[in-house]
Amino acid sequence: MLKTLDKFKIGEKGVITHVGGEGRLRRRLFDMGVTPGAEVFLRKKAPLGDPMEVHIRGYELTLRKTEACLVTLIVSEDDQGGLQ
Amino acid sequence: MKRFALAGNPNSGKTTLFNCLTGSTAHVGNWPGVTVDKKEGVYKNKTIKEPISIIDLPGIYSLSPYTPEEVISRNFILDEKPDAVINIVDATNLERNLYLTTQLLEMDVPIVIALNMSDALRKSKKEIDAKALSETLGVPVVSISALRQENIHELMKVAYEASLSSRKATTVLKGSKIAHLIKDVEIAFKGIKIDNPLFHSIKLIEKDEIEVKNHPDLLGIIEEFKSTFKDDTFGDDLEAVVADERYKYISKNCSKTLKVNQTGVKPEKNKDKSNLSLSDKIDRILTNKWAGIPIFIAILAIVFHLVFSEDFLFLNAGHVFDAVTFEGTPYEGLFANGGISSPGVILFNFFDMSFGYITDAIRLGLESINTQAWAVGLICDGIISGLFAVLGFLPQILLLFLAFSILEDSGYMARVAFILDRIFRKFGLSGRSFMPMIMGFGCSIPAMINTRTLADEKERTATIRVIPFFSCGAKLPILTAIAGGIAIKFGFAYPDVITLSMYLLGMATAIVAVIIMRNTTMRGKVAPFIMELPAYHVPQFKGLMIHLWDKTKHFVKKAFTIILVSNILVWVLSHFAFNWQYLEDSQVGDSILAGISKLFQPIFTPLGFGSQLSGAGWVFVAAVVAGLIAKENVVSLFAVLAAVIAGSGEVGEAESVVVLIQSTGITAQGLIAFIAFNMLTIPCFAAVATAKAELPKGKLKWTLLFWIVTSFAVSIMIYVIGTWLWTIPIFVVVIAAIIVGIYLFRKKVDRQGAI
Repeated sequence: MLKTLDKFKIGEKGVITHVGGEGRLRRRLFDMGVTPGAEVFLRKKAPLGDPMEVHIRGYELTLRKTEACLVTLIVSEDDQGGLQ
Repeated sequence: MKRFALAGNPNSGKTTLFNCLTGSTAHVGNWPGVTVDKKEGVYKNKTIKEPISIIDLPGIYSLSPYTPEEVISRNFILDEKPDAVINIVDATNLERNLYLTTQLLEMDVPIVIALNMSDALRKSKKEIDAKALSETLGVPVVSISALRQENIHELMKVAYEASLSSRKATTVLKGSKIAHLIKDVEIAFKGIKIDNPLFHSIKLIEKDEIEVKNHPDLLGIIEEFKSTFKDDTFGDDLEAVVADERYKYISKNCSKTLKVNQTGVKPEKNKDKSNLSLSDKIDRILTNKWAGIPIFIAILAIVFHLVFSEDFLFLNAGHVFDAVTFEGTPYEGLFANGGISSPGVILFNFFDMSFGYITDAIRLGLESINTQAWAVGLICDGIISGLFAVLGFLPQILLLFLAFSILEDSGYMARVAFILDRIFRKFGLSGRSFMPMIMGFGCSIPAMINTRTLADEKERTATIRVIPFFSCGAKLPILTAIAGGIAIKFGFAYPDVITLSMYLLGMATAIVAVIIMRNTTMRGKVAPFIMELPAYHVPQFKGLMIHLWDKTKHFVKKAFTIILVSNILVWVLSHFAFNWQYLEDSQVGDSILAGISKLFQPIFTPLGFGSQLSGAGWVFVAAVVAGLIAKENVVSLFAVLAAVIAGSGEVGEAESVVVLIQSTGITAQGLIAFIAFNMLTIPCFAAVATAKAELPKGKLKWTLLFWIVTSFAVSIMIYVIGTWLWTIPIFVVVIAAIIVGIYLFRKKVDRQGAI
C-alpha cells in the first residue's frame, strides 16, 4: 500500500518509493538520505504534533509534515497499526 | 608547510579530532553546524618530518551548494587545493557519512578516511573491516577514536604518506547507467582545461546551481542524453538517479564491511526495537508529548535560578528558615542576603568583596606615598573600580555559559528545536533559528555567525536582527545591578524576578518583531526543517573547559582593552571641564561628559531617564552612549560616577545604582525602561560589525534603524504605561492601527503580486 510519510502513525514502517518536491528542498532530502529504497520508521512526533522524528539509514532525522508529505512510501500490510 | 583539510558530517567528532590534533581551543558542540567557520591549527609530532597545518572545515552532509557551510567546504577543497583531505566518518552511522565520502572521492585530492568512534562501535559488539572498506573505496582507512585519542598519530602518518603523491579522482557512479554521460561531460570539462573535471561533471549532471551558472554551454550534452534516457523509477530525473546510485553503492559495497551478529544493512540499531538504547530512553522523557515543553521551561528556570537567585532555596519565600541568614557573622552578604544565595550569587559576592579589599589597599598605598589627588582618583575610581565592576560579573556569565554549553553538548538543544519548531513556525521561523537565539544569551557575535546554518536568507536576516534582544552576557550586569538597586531602594525581595522578566521581555519583543518583519519587509515561505537529531551523550569535560576558557579569555581581554580605554576616557571626560581644567569630584556637573549628555537628554524624556531627572540625571544618557562601545561600560560607568557622587571610593554595583537613584530621583519605571532600552537598542560595536558581515548587502542601515525604533517604542511603552496606567487605551489604539496597517499592506502587496 502506498502512503505519504505525513500520514504515518507512530511505530509504522515503510520503504521510500518516491521523493517529490523540487530544488533545494528535494536536494536536502536526498542529501539526508531520504532516497527511494531507504527504510523509514516513524519514531515519534513532537509534543505539538509536528515535526516528526524518523529513523532512517541508522540515524534520527526530524522533518515537518509539510516536507514529509513529499515522501511516498510503500507499507507492507503487517507493519501497519502503530506500536505493537 | 603542508595543509590538510578536515571534512565530515556534523557530529562526526570532527572538532574533537581537530582539538586533539592541534591542541587548539576550537569550540566543540553537539549541534549540527556549530563549526561555521573554518579553523586552522598546527599539528606537530616527531613521527612526521614537518609540522602540518590543519584546517577544520564546517560540518556538512553533502557538497551541494545550498548552505553556506557546503559552499565554504567545497570551495576550499577546489580552490585552495589542500595537500590531503582527512574525511572523518562516524563509524556508528556509516551509511549516511559515506554519502559525503562518495562526493569527496570525485575530487583530484589525496583522501584518507578516519573511521571515528570505533570504541563506541566495539562496545556495541560491532566492528568495521577497515581493510575491506579501504579496498572498496580505493583510499586509506584508519580506525580512530578522537575522544580517547586512539590512533591519532597513525592517522596523521597515513595522511602524510598519502599527501606525498597525487590521487586521481574516482567515482562510485562508474558502473551506473549514467557512466557514459559522466565520461562525456568530463571530457568536455577537460577540453576547457578546468581542474577537477570529474567533480564538475557530476555536479553539472545534478543540475547544481553553481555549475549550471558557470557552464551553461555544456548543458547541451546533458539535455541530449536526457532525450534518449528513461529510467524505470526516476524518468529523466538525473539528480535523483545520482543520489540513488550513491546510496545504492554504499549499501551494496560498504555496509557489508560492518561485522554484526545479525544480517541486514542497518549499521546502528539492528536490535529488537523493544531493546531501546539509553539515548532513546532519555529522549522518551525529554521530548514526551506532555512533559516535553514543561521540562524545557523548568530547565531554563533552574539554570537562571542557579545563576542569579539571591534566595536559592526559597527560604525567604516561606519565612520558614529566617534563622539561616548568617546575620552578624562574617558570612553575611557572601552566602546570604535575606535568603541563601545561589552558587552564582555567592561567586559574584566573593569576587565583589575581594575586589573591594584590593581597591582599598591600593588607595591607601597610593595615599601613603602622597600621590596627587587626581592620580589617585584616576587609578582607583577610573581604572580599578570600573574594571572590577566588569570582571565581577565574570563568574555569573561563565556559569550561564557553562549551563548552555552542557545543554548544547549533550544533544538536548537539537531536541529543543524539535519541540519548539511548531511554535516558531507560527512566527515565520524554524526551530533551527532557536539555536542562534539561545546562543545570543551568551554573546551576540557567535550567535550571529551561527545563523549561517539557516538556509533561507530572509529568515537569517530576521534572526540576526532579533539576536541582540536575547540579552547577552555583557548586558547581564545592567540587569543585575539595576534589579539589585531597585530591590534595595524600593524594597523588593526578588531581584531575580526582575532579571527573569527582562529576559522574557527581550524574547517577547523578538517574537513580535519577527512576526512584523515576516509579514512586511521579510516576507517569504518558512524554510524547510530537515535536521539530524544527534544521539545524547555525556558532555565532554575537556571540550566544556576549552569553551569556557575561550570565553574567559575573550571577556578579560575585552575588559583590559576596549573597556579599560573607555573607562579612562569616561573618567577624564567627567573630571575635566571644556576648558580642560581639572574638576573636583563634586563638580562633575560641569564636566565635558555632563555637557554632551545633557545635550541629548531631551530625547530620552519620554523613556523616563531624560530631562525630568535632577542632578546627575545625564548619567543615564552617558551610559547609553558608553554602552555602544561595550555594554559592560554601562555598569562600570555607574560605578565610576557613583564613586564620584558619593565621594567614597569603591562602590558596589547595586549600591552604585542606589546612589544614582537617590541623587537623580529616577523612578523604578524609568529604571526598567532604561534596562529595556539598553537591551533592545544597537548592540556593542563588535556585534554591529558582525551583523554587517553576516547580513545581506545594504541591510545594515535598516537594521540599525530597526534597533533604534524598537528600543524607543518598547521603552516608551514601559515607562508611560508603568507610570500612568490610564494611557493603556491609547497604546491599544496605536497598536491596533499598526496591526490594521500591516494587514492592509499585506493585502496590497498580495494584490500587486497577483497582477
